Amino acid sequence: MKKQILTLILSVLPTFAFAAGGGAHLDSAPIDISDMGSVKRGAKHFIDYCFSCHEASYMRYNRIGRDTGMTDAELREELIFTTNEKGEPTKVGSLMKVAMTDEYATKAFGIAVPDLTLTARSRGADWLYTYLRTFYMDPYRPTGMNNLVFPDVGMPHVLSSLQGMQKAVYKTETRQGVEVEHVDHLELAQPGSMTAEEYDAFVADLVNFMVYLAEPVQNERRSLGIKVLIFLVIFFVFAYLLKKEYWKDVH
Amino acid sequence: MGKLIGWIDDRFPLMKMWNEHLAEYYAPKNFNFWYFFGSLALMVLVIQIISGIFLTMHYKPDAELAFASVEYIMRDVPYGWLIRYIHSTGATAFFIVVYLHMLRGLMYGSYKKPRELIWLFGMFIYLALMAEAFMGYLLPWGQMSYWGAQVIISLFGAIPVIGDDLTLWIRGDFVISDATLNRFFALHVIALPLVLIFLVVAHILALHEVGSNNPDGVEIKKNKDENGIPLDGIPFHPYYTVKDIVGVVVFLFFFATIMFFFPDGGGYFLEHANFIASDPLKTPEHIAPVWYFTPFYAILRAVPDKLMGVGAMGAAIVLLFFMPWIDRCKVKSIRYRSNIYKINLAVFVVSFVVLGWLAMQPVTSTITLLSQVFSLLYFGFFIVLFITSKNEETKPVPDRVTE
Amino acid sequence: MSTDVVDQGKRRFLTAATSVVGAVGAGFVAVPFIASWMPSERAKNAGAPVEADISKLEEGRMMIVEWQSKPVWIVRRSEQMLSSLPKLNDNLRDPASENADQQPEYAQNDTRSRKPEILVLVGICTHLGCSPSYRPEIAPADLGEEWMGGFFCPCHSSKFDMAGRVYTGVPAPTNLPVPPHYYLTENIILVGEDGGAA
Repeated sequence: MKKQILTLILSVLPTFAFAAGGGAHLDSAPIDISDMGSVKRGAKHFIDYCFSCHEASYMRYNRIGRDTGMTDAELREELIFTTNEKGEPTKVGSLMKVAMTDEYATKAFGIAVPDLTLTARSRGADWLYTYLRTFYMDPYRPTGMNNLVFPDVGMPHVLSSLQGMQKAVYKTETRQGVEVEHVDHLELAQPGSMTAEEYDAFVADLVNFMVYLAEPVQNERRSLGIKVLIFLVIFFVFAYLLKKEYWKDVH
Repeated sequence: MGKLIGWIDDRFPLMKMWNEHLAEYYAPKNFNFWYFFGSLALMVLVIQIISGIFLTMHYKPDAELAFASVEYIMRDVPYGWLIRYIHSTGATAFFIVVYLHMLRGLMYGSYKKPRELIWLFGMFIYLALMAEAFMGYLLPWGQMSYWGAQVIISLFGAIPVIGDDLTLWIRGDFVISDATLNRFFALHVIALPLVLIFLVVAHILALHEVGSNNPDGVEIKKNKDENGIPLDGIPFHPYYTVKDIVGVVVFLFFFATIMFFFPDGGGYFLEHANFIASDPLKTPEHIAPVWYFTPFYAILRAVPDKLMGVGAMGAAIVLLFFMPWIDRCKVKSIRYRSNIYKINLAVFVVSFVVLGWLAMQPVTSTITLLSQVFSLLYFGFFIVLFITSKNEETKPVPDRVTE
Repeated sequence: MSTDVVDQGKRRFLTAATSVVGAVGAGFVAVPFIASWMPSERAKNAGAPVEADISKLEEGRMMIVEWQSKPVWIVRRSEQMLSSLPKLNDNLRDPASENADQQPEYAQNDTRSRKPEILVLVGICTHLGCSPSYRPEIAPADLGEEWMGGFFCPCHSSKFDMAGRVYTGVPAPTNLPVPPHYYLTENIILVGEDGGAA
């Protein structure tokens, strides 16, 4: 009976996976949250390219500082370029908010710009990594670009200066008697300032930061977990010996 | 210390309760693995209450503030993340433990006379637990919270005549809103926990009144020694207190593994869509209830008619209440019952699990067909049991418990 | 039941050992719950230092800034106010500000301030926490002939002088606290930090 239940449970496990929107294949993102150097670089990339439109409104600057070893002064120099209503520089302990209002965003992009604090937990690292690398030229879109993972996205390809511009190579297929054109793969049409490897590394750092951003405590969580499990093993030994000793009484 | 106890005992039935429920409560000596889950369920209840209380110290039950307050707990409150993960993991653990506890009852006939009332209290606990979990899930005010509540509450709209007024009354507004959130908060934090505690006390008192069943389904009170103590009984304390501690430690090991290493549970314990703040204008691509509700959700979806679907879903739960009367076999434990019964129960368990899996898949005609098949198998369990249990071919039940 | 002799000593040891490990575990579990009551990052950030511009503060007047959700008073004292301070010493509990908890070192002087004329105080009565009123006038009817200006708490009638020093015979036990502060410029005080020069 026990074996049957266990088999049932284990057979369900493979379904633990993110579903790709639109059925697009997702590349595996090279995530390593223990690499604080990568997270730090990613934080800078985030501020440089994402933060003018996207908020990270649940995160405080000084948390990044504490976890990556940046001092308050370094934070102010590298990451904080905003001011508050009074014109005073944003304090290091403040939440990472931006000035763009939803109305402005809706006029400019057709939709309010989403907060990115938790995107790595809602969409996943693989999704983000693939998304940022699969923009391609599309003359029918207002931004001139489309995206394989997020069809008809309202966001422009803000990293195009780095990656360059990709174009889609189409393939025609016959499905159920109808000829359908779909994107087979992307090719670089205009080079940017980075090679493909450099850009992949850039995006990897950025996504690494976003995974950290979604749950800054995760490294501590895991290390505390190890200690708890070790304690429980020790506790188990004593509890088990105690049980065995008393149960000698029971024939 | 002895004097202090004596002082209390002169004024309060301390020693009486200690003896009646622990030191002189004689439980069968052959409890196996399946008998851990009752005390584990009690422990998870305590864990949820304590972690829940500490969460309410920081959570804001306001539609504008709720989602942010959860992230405040995760980031700004010292160890808030830990308390949050205890509570979310605890919710899943509660249902795993309770389902296994109920399965024990099914296997060993723990619902049969004279334990029908224990089973009924247990079923009410299960109902209250589902309501508690459902209301708790709205509180983070994420996309899944919002839309899950939207779907479940609109089920009540299927009830003829009063349906629409009823859903308006439940929501307190024309859509799920701050009014709904606030009242669900009150119910989740105080009302249902009080109901649960009362039901658990009643459940345990009813149990102690008649004495525990065991894997052989043998009534140990039938064979007592000259002092009136069941020959196959051992005092709950110290033998089962000491054994349950081991059970607790093993359980905590699994609990900690999930909590510290897989708190999201691959998206099953903390659903991905719930990391997006609720948006009344946009439904997530893939709504499914949390895993512990999925088998019933599959049954609901399998029926093409809204009202009948609700009825089927309700019947799936309500039928369980009647187990003591549906199962007419006098033999309690699966160990001595027929192969028909064993197969029937196995099919039931498999159907339950498969239905759960089916509910999480996007709707296609194949999935719907499979859901219908397994729903029929699920209900078939009760029908087959009722028919075959009256004159079931059973093995002779021993007089004393076996090892 | 077994008829072998029960090893009571072993049982006692194992029970004690398991109990100890269990108690240690319970202690570890209690830590995060108790710690969760400590000020959150939000609370700590809200307590950040605040700037006060005294360029428009006239003599004899008081301005209030909020620091850590508390009122901080800044008073530009006149020569007359300052000269009256030593005369009150006999009526005060702690005229020399010997209680080091109530002010930073740089305010442990006759005027309880960095600059003699500028008084910076946390405006919360050291009795039970009400905020006293500013009473700079000399000998008003309700405060008597001896009053040389100061602060009067309406809740239980505690009295403080123009340096925030507490009178004897009133419920408040200590002088009004001087918050950490320093001058960023001639006219800008940063309340909440010492600025290094104590």
